[in-house]
Amino acid sequence: MSDVMKKATRESYGEALVALAEKYENLIVLDADLAAATKTGIFKKAYADRFYDCGIAEANMMGVAAGLAAAGMIPFASSFAMFAAGRAYEIVRNSIGYPHLNVKIGATHAGISVGEDGAMHQCCEDLALMRTIPGMVVINPADDVEAKAAVEAAIQHEGPVYCRFGRLAVPVINDPDTYKFELGKGVTLRNGSDVTVIATGLLVNEALIAAETLAAEGISVRVINIHTIKPLDKELIVQAAQETGSIVTAEEHSVIGGLGSAVAEAVCEACPVPVRRIGVNDTFGHSGPAADLLRQFGLSAEHIAEVVREAVNAK
Amino acid sequence: MDESLKKQLQIHACKIRMGIIEGVYHAKSGHPGGSLSIADLLTYLYFTRMHVYPDNPDFAERDRLVLSKGHTAPALYAALAERGFFPMEEMQTLRHIGARLQGHPCISIPGVDMSSGSLGQGISAACGMALAGKHRNDNYHVYTILGDGEIEEGQVWEAAMFAAHYGLDNLTAIIDNNGLQIDGKITEVCSPEPIPEKFRAFGWYVIETDAHDFDQIDKAFREAERVSGQPVAIIQHSTKGKGVSFMENQVGWHGTAPNTEQYEKAMAELKAELAELEA
Repeated sequence: MSDVMKKATRESYGEALVALAEKYENLIVLDADLAAATKTGIFKKAYADRFYDCGIAEANMMGVAAGLAAAGMIPFASSFAMFAAGRAYEIVRNSIGYPHLNVKIGATHAGISVGEDGAMHQCCEDLALMRTIPGMVVINPADDVEAKAAVEAAIQHEGPVYCRFGRLAVPVINDPDTYKFELGKGVTLRNGSDVTVIATGLLVNEALIAAETLAAEGISVRVINIHTIKPLDKELIVQAAQETGSIVTAEEHSVIGGLGSAVAEAVCEACPVPVRRIGVNDTFGHSGPAADLLRQFGLSAEHIAEVVREAVNAK
Repeated sequence: MDESLKKQLQIHACKIRMGIIEGVYHAKSGHPGGSLSIADLLTYLYFTRMHVYPDNPDFAERDRLVLSKGHTAPALYAALAERGFFPMEEMQTLRHIGARLQGHPCISIPGVDMSSGSLGQGISAACGMALAGKHRNDNYHVYTILGDGEIEEGQVWEAAMFAAHYGLDNLTAIIDNNGLQIDGKITEVCSPEPIPEKFRAFGWYVIETDAHDFDQIDKAFREAERVSGQPVAIIQHSTKGKGVSFMENQVGWHGTAPNTEQYEKAMAELKAELAELEA
C-alpha cells in the first residue's frame, strides 16, 4: 500500500478554494490566525485581496461571516473544529443558523488525529454540535477527491454548511476522474450481505480494509460512506438495515451525537436492527502520534473487523 | 436643524413610542425601557440618514442597521412600521404565536437586516456587512446599535478591533448609554466604563451626544460622516424609558410590560405629547 497517494483533507480544502475562486467571484475567505494550518494560506497567497484574517477571535469571525453573507458574499470561515464549532457554537447557531445565512465553515484539525497537540485541540464533538442546528448541512469528506468536491457542493448549496477536514494525510481512495459528489447521498463502496459498516471521514478507508480482511474469512461486509452527516441518507441506511440486519458505524468523533447517533436514530425509527458504534467512547483524547492514537482509540481497520465479527456472531 | 424637520421627527418619534407601548402591552412581555431610549435615534436614522426602500426592502445598495441590542426589537419594529415597511397596527401582534414580529429581530421581517439579540453578536454582523461594502466598493453605510450593558460581552471588543483594523469607516456603532442593565446600574453590575476611552483605545473615532435632542444627534452624525479611515462610535447619553414619565430611569422597566392601567397612562401621556406637537 506504500504507493497509495496520501493527502490531508485540510490541504484539499485550501487547494479547492483556490481552484474555485475564479468560478465563484463572491467567494471570500476568513481565518482566525491559523491560515498556515487550515491551509487557507494557499488561498491567501493566490488571492490576497479576497482573504481577511480576523485574528484570534473566532466568535467575531463567525459574526463577520454572517454579515458578509447577508450582504451577498459567500464566506468560508476557517479555523480548527474545536474553535469553529466549539468556541463559536452560539454565534454559529444564532448569527448563521437562525437567519439561515449562506456561510460555509471550513473546520480543520477535527478528531484525535490532530495528534501531538492533545485533547485541548482534538475536537470530537463538532458533528454533534453542528448537527443540532436547524438547516445546517454537515459534511465530513473521506479523502482529497471528496473534500474538493465537497467544497464546491457547499458553495452550490444555498445556506449554512459545516465542512470538516483533517490534519493527518490520508489515502486517496476516490478516482478524481469519475467521482461525483451528491450532497446528502451516501455512497455504497462495497456490496455485502452479512453486516453493513457505515463510515465517515478517514474511517471510510479503514472500513474498506476491514471488509477485505473479513471477506477472506467468509464474512460479506457492505461498506457505505456517509460524507453528508446532515441531511442524512436515511433511505440508503434503512435499506442496509433491512438487507444486512446488522450495522456497525465508524467515525473519528464521539460515539455521542455524531454519525453513530444519527444512524441509530434513523434505524430505530424505521427498521430496528443492532447498531454498534465505533468512535471515541465518551472520553478526551491525549497527545501522541496520530497513527498511534487512532489505533489506541480503536479507530482502525483491525478494530472495525473485530466489531463486525462480534456483530456476525451475535446474529 | 431646520425647525419644521425637527418637529416632524418629534412627531415620528412620538408615534414610534406609542408603537413600542402598544407592542409590549399586547405582548404582555418585552423590553420597553431600552426601546424608548433609542426611539429618537431610530427616528433620526430612518427619517434623515438611511437610504432604505419599504417597497424593496432587500435592495442591495440600501443602508443597513443591525440592532445588536436586539431585545429592544419593539423600537425597531415601530420605526420600520412608521417608515412604511408594514402597518403600525401589526405592533399589536408582537410576540404572538404565528405572528412575524418575533421577540427578537428576525431577518425575515421586512426591513430587518439581521437577526439579533444574543448580545454582542450584532456588531460582528455589522462589521461583515461593512467589510462586504468595502470589498465591492459599494456605497452603503452600516449602522449598529449596542446597549451599554451589552458591551460587557467580549465579542464586542473582538469586533471593535476588527473594524478598526480594516478601517471600516462605512460603519457607525451607536452605544445607547442609558446607564442601566437588568441587574442594576452598569457601574454597579460590572462596569464597562469608561466607554469613550475604550473605543478610542481600540482605534475608533468617538463622538458623544445627548440621545433625545435632534439638534445634537444631527450634529453628532454630521461629524461622524466626515471621518474617514476608521469606524465611528457615537455614545449617546440616553434616558431609559424616555418619553413615559413613570418608566424613565427605572431599572424595573427593562423587561416588564405595562398592565392595563399603566398602558393607558403611558398612551395618554404620549397622545397628549403628539397633540401638542401636531397643534
